[in-house]
Amino acid sequence: MSSLSNLFGQKFGLTERDLERYLAEALSKGGDYADLYFEYLATSSISLDESLVKSATQGVSLGVGIRVLSGERTGYAYSDDLSPDRILKAARTAACIASGPATEIVHGLKSGEKRDLYPVGVLAGDTPLEERVKLVKRADAAARAHDSRVFQVQAIYADSVRHVLVATSDGRLSTDLQPMARLNVAVLAREGEGVPQRGYAGGGGRVGLEFFTGSHSPEAFAEDAARQAIVQLHAIDAPAGEMTVVLGPGWPGILLHEAVGHGLEADFNRKGVSAFSGRVGQQVASPLCTVVDDGTIAHRRGSLNVDDEGEPTQQNVLIENGVLRGYLTDKLSARLSGGVSTGSGRRENYQHYPMPRMTNTFMLAGESDPEEIIKTVKKGIFCTNFGGGQVDITSGNFVFSASESFLIEDGKITSPVRGATLIGNGPEALKHVSMVGNDLKLDLGIGVCGKEGQSVPVGVGMPTIKIDLMTVGGTR
Amino acid sequence: MSEAILRDVASLAIRLAAERGATDAECTIAEGDEFSATVRLGEVETLKEAGSRAAGLRVLIGKRQGSSYTSDLTDEGVSQMVDAAIAIARITEEDPFAGLPEPEELGQIEGDLKLAEADVALVEASARIDAAKRAEATALAADPRITNSEGAGCETYTGCRVFANSRGFLGSYSSTTASLSVTPVAREGEQMERDYWHSISRSWAGLESPEDVGRKAAARALRRLGARKIETCKATVVFEPRVAKSILGHIFEAVTGEAIYRKSSFLLDKLNEKIAVDGLTLIDDATMPGYFGTSPFDDEGVPSRRTVIVQNGVLKNYLYNTYSARKLGAKTTGNGSRGLTGAAGIGHGTLFIEPGTKTPEEIYAAVGTGLYVTELIGFGVNTVTGDYSRGAAGLWIEDGKLSYPVAEITIAGHLSDMLKNIIHIGSDLEFRGSTCAPTIAISDMTISGK
Repeated sequence: MSSLSNLFGQKFGLTERDLERYLAEALSKGGDYADLYFEYLATSSISLDESLVKSATQGVSLGVGIRVLSGERTGYAYSDDLSPDRILKAARTAACIASGPATEIVHGLKSGEKRDLYPVGVLAGDTPLEERVKLVKRADAAARAHDSRVFQVQAIYADSVRHVLVATSDGRLSTDLQPMARLNVAVLAREGEGVPQRGYAGGGGRVGLEFFTGSHSPEAFAEDAARQAIVQLHAIDAPAGEMTVVLGPGWPGILLHEAVGHGLEADFNRKGVSAFSGRVGQQVASPLCTVVDDGTIAHRRGSLNVDDEGEPTQQNVLIENGVLRGYLTDKLSARLSGGVSTGSGRRENYQHYPMPRMTNTFMLAGESDPEEIIKTVKKGIFCTNFGGGQVDITSGNFVFSASESFLIEDGKITSPVRGATLIGNGPEALKHVSMVGNDLKLDLGIGVCGKEGQSVPVGVGMPTIKIDLMTVGGTR
Repeated sequence: MSEAILRDVASLAIRLAAERGATDAECTIAEGDEFSATVRLGEVETLKEAGSRAAGLRVLIGKRQGSSYTSDLTDEGVSQMVDAAIAIARITEEDPFAGLPEPEELGQIEGDLKLAEADVALVEASARIDAAKRAEATALAADPRITNSEGAGCETYTGCRVFANSRGFLGSYSSTTASLSVTPVAREGEQMERDYWHSISRSWAGLESPEDVGRKAAARALRRLGARKIETCKATVVFEPRVAKSILGHIFEAVTGEAIYRKSSFLLDKLNEKIAVDGLTLIDDATMPGYFGTSPFDDEGVPSRRTVIVQNGVLKNYLYNTYSARKLGAKTTGNGSRGLTGAAGIGHGTLFIEPGTKTPEEIYAAVGTGLYVTELIGFGVNTVTGDYSRGAAGLWIEDGKLSYPVAEITIAGHLSDMLKNIIHIGSDLEFRGSTCAPTIAISDMTISGK
């Protein structure tokens, strides 16, 4: 049999018969289902510090993860050696989760319909390194030119290309080529010998180098980072206590990721350990809120042609007009609940088994004019940028850290305030949303989501929203 | 692969790099085997077993540097890794401070550091499953309000790390880890709360018993039931050891040579100044046999050592790798740290605060009224400015005793004030993991709630 036409066939001579042999070995002791996840990842990164391109790295990692499902049980093994004897050994190891006669696999692997959500002319990793070096140097120059108070600039450019192949015992074969590129700029600014302040900006996606132009240019990111740091130089202490919070559009959508997204992942709900467990059909947000998770948006950081179980991604409605509609499922949780996968099975790499994860999570636009929203607030804060967030999915309590915010006084944006953590409870927080703007924006492509030790790239988005009651963790 | 073969691979990479034009090179290889079992509601949920290895290389061509890595340790894979590093070094710029440690700085501490215990590799799969099942069963049986579980996990790990450089250093060491944890869920009415207990040891025999792990986890989840939000106020906050250690992490971040040369630290220009209360002594020690922060040499081949960072409230030392030390006219403190590739960053060994004399109960009594924090979430700490604001959950202290649970609040302050407002340091220091603190009480923090 001839080698497969993808990278794993060309580089490692992998054939369809090999895949079937490995799958059969994985189910040699029984079990309901097995899959193979082959991954080849090539990365490069360039980092600039103190106006010097100080270091650059490139590398390659590859391996195969083999999973066997038997009822609620998962057996998992992996190998970073793609020789047949090592793969068969890993398959036998994963097989040990079951104990019975062999389960027959479906022969004749079939590929699903191919789509291409992230066509790039030239992969970023295939462009001359000098072109990529220019991006970090331009960012450095722009940040320093923006304001003389900027005294430190770090710029990091990174790209990767991931080839994946998923073969399943129910006869499916999926392959994908997943590009990624990203540019980040971090600056420090200070006045005289005063306290330095940070600013951070960046963006990227499943894109080639052509992405880094216009509003995504190194200059645009650098100036935004510098602007944030300068604004912070005159920030006052953040207020403490419950108040009205207005969140700006785009990246503040991290609220949705923490407040509802994680709590709607099906593994937690299957186990009944999420604050959202058993609440489908209930009102969990104000009727103004419709929240979706969509892995199909072209070139987005969280998008995938197929998830890491080989299933096509889709747009999943999580909350519709405030009512909880459904969960994000992978194959295991779908199998156990009698449903179908929502295309949300993801993993960090071949060393991990997949679990339900978000892709690009955002709230649909409403009807309010963002400026009108601010005008309605007598006293509150307006948050336009955030660091990270975290959630305890069982109690539902979540936090997210505002890195750029302003006081709102009598309907006007006034003083910038220092960083503060906002805290709320998932099933309650969005009930206090009283206005939703008409200005939906997705983030620029910098999100990383961590769960049980696995990191995956994600996107978020949101229009401007007004939350009547939220606790702000300042000191004043 | 055996340790000897991995040492040969590292030596090969160094030799090839020199042959192909590198003026200096350093190679790190890490190999690990992991075995884990998770159990939920008495049934096995996952079994995982696998090994992996990878190498990283950093080359210098004069004052330019390039790095690469590979998971392919065949001769061909190593050769490609060398070519990749040399190719990429040509696009970087001359950094006058780049370079390896001086030859006389290289070396390793002698003696058995007890990082690898033989019993870990001998643990059978059934023993891991049994330990996880017993821990979970104990938690579930602890109280009728423990109604569910996120599961229990038991993991063993054996690993080996090799480092070689072109200045004649070649060293390697093996390490082992065993861990056991369980996360029960308690329920009362509509409210659900989870918590966990986690035991970690270099040896299998050193783990806490599964029953102890289960009991502690259950007690922690149960005491969170009925949590309420409290009014916004100023109060003394008592950090239990599990969360107190995060404050050590923030100090560490601010005393790295990297933060200092970037002027991005709230502790910049504070050497030999009083930055904390008299009773606070903070130590970084990578030499204590059997501890989690211990190693014979750092990730640049410099012998591990003990450094007093803060002594009786006075900042005595910053922590350096070779690069930041050169930038600042200092000497490396043996704190070079990296994954596999790239220039070394700065890490710590076992980072700990010397214990005080009061028991936790004596601290609650002395505080009288305040907040006892058992969980912190979020990333709202800025070590450049010292601004501190994190999500918290815990118990309210009333009449000198732990009373009702509180949640959905934040605690906030400024790190430089917090260090000076430490009013009690507990006697309950235990070494778990590589950052360890006793109970700490800090006055005058802002609690934000209703």
